[in-house]
Amino acid sequence: MTAIDQLWPWYVAGPLIALVMLSLVYLGKSFGLSQNLQTMCSLGGAARWSDYFKIDRSTRWWNLIFALGILAGATLAGELIGMPDALDLAPSTVESLESRGISATDGMMPEQIFGSPLVRSSESSYTFGNIMKSPLSLLFLIGGGMLIGFGTRYAGGCTSGHAIMGLSNLQWPSLLAVIGFFIGGLLVTHLVLPSLLPHLSGIAQ
Amino acid sequence: MRISLYFLLGLLFGVVLLQSQVVSWYRIYEMFRFESFHMYGVIGSAVLVGAFGLQIMKRSQLRDADGEKIDLPDKNPSIPRYLIGGIIFGLGWGLVGACPGPIFALIGAGYSSLLLVLLGALGGTLIYGITRKRLPH
Repeated sequence: MTAIDQLWPWYVAGPLIALVMLSLVYLGKSFGLSQNLQTMCSLGGAARWSDYFKIDRSTRWWNLIFALGILAGATLAGELIGMPDALDLAPSTVESLESRGISATDGMMPEQIFGSPLVRSSESSYTFGNIMKSPLSLLFLIGGGMLIGFGTRYAGGCTSGHAIMGLSNLQWPSLLAVIGFFIGGLLVTHLVLPSLLPHLSGIAQ
Repeated sequence: MRISLYFLLGLLFGVVLLQSQVVSWYRIYEMFRFESFHMYGVIGSAVLVGAFGLQIMKRSQLRDADGEKIDLPDKNPSIPRYLIGGIIFGLGWGLVGACPGPIFALIGAGYSSLLLVLLGALGGTLIYGITRKRLPH
């Protein structure tokens, strides 16, 4: 075990994220991933339904390439550095998950909700195929995605665009958006997930 | 070529997202339960270093790589747009534990179920595009 395959501490990760953001600004761009959702819809022909998707896509390619880099970077990290078997979570977090039937030792993501990553799927019964067979899981993943897509585009930015870039640029609208992010996140974490998780994990039938 | 720089920056961001575990559903759940400092430390130090860096870039009147003046436009003032849009995104972030950047990272890490989240996010974007003229901005 070398230090590089362990959890990178916040004081390493945060400044590196700032470095990525500052580099993009130096290249004349801004940092924000949710713009890609609009571009991808536009590429799919969504301009038929709304002017919102009539954009000059030539100004957007860089961001799709950036997103592709993120995808490749995560693949690279998973393959070369390796994925953790279990995260070092707060004991109270583990307890709250396990009491609702969610295993806290599935690596990056709980398998009962997200299935297992392709690299391990041979060992697990929670594969993508099985997740797809559960109507509740399908609704959870697609519905959650819809909230993310609608919300970030309505707010004009996501965690990268508002929380990192916007707050760094001292924009009060971004602060408002981030307060909104937390209101929404706290609501589901404390009011929805406690009763939803037992259904997703299958202990409440 | 410039385009490969964007790819390399994405690559770095993807590695950081995975290795700092901020893409993890568990970490988001832990964050919203205020049971770990990690996520706050990542976002907080990114903002601190970012704000410092942007201030230096602005005050030194640094020009960007193309020799243009660095001009970061102010966001349009609005309350409902940021607050309501933000809350709706927050609901999704809290449930699925992923925001747009991490969706790409998790797909790359082999979590194929995130393709469904991406599909939903594109659907949500489409709905926003169609309904936005009727929404308060």
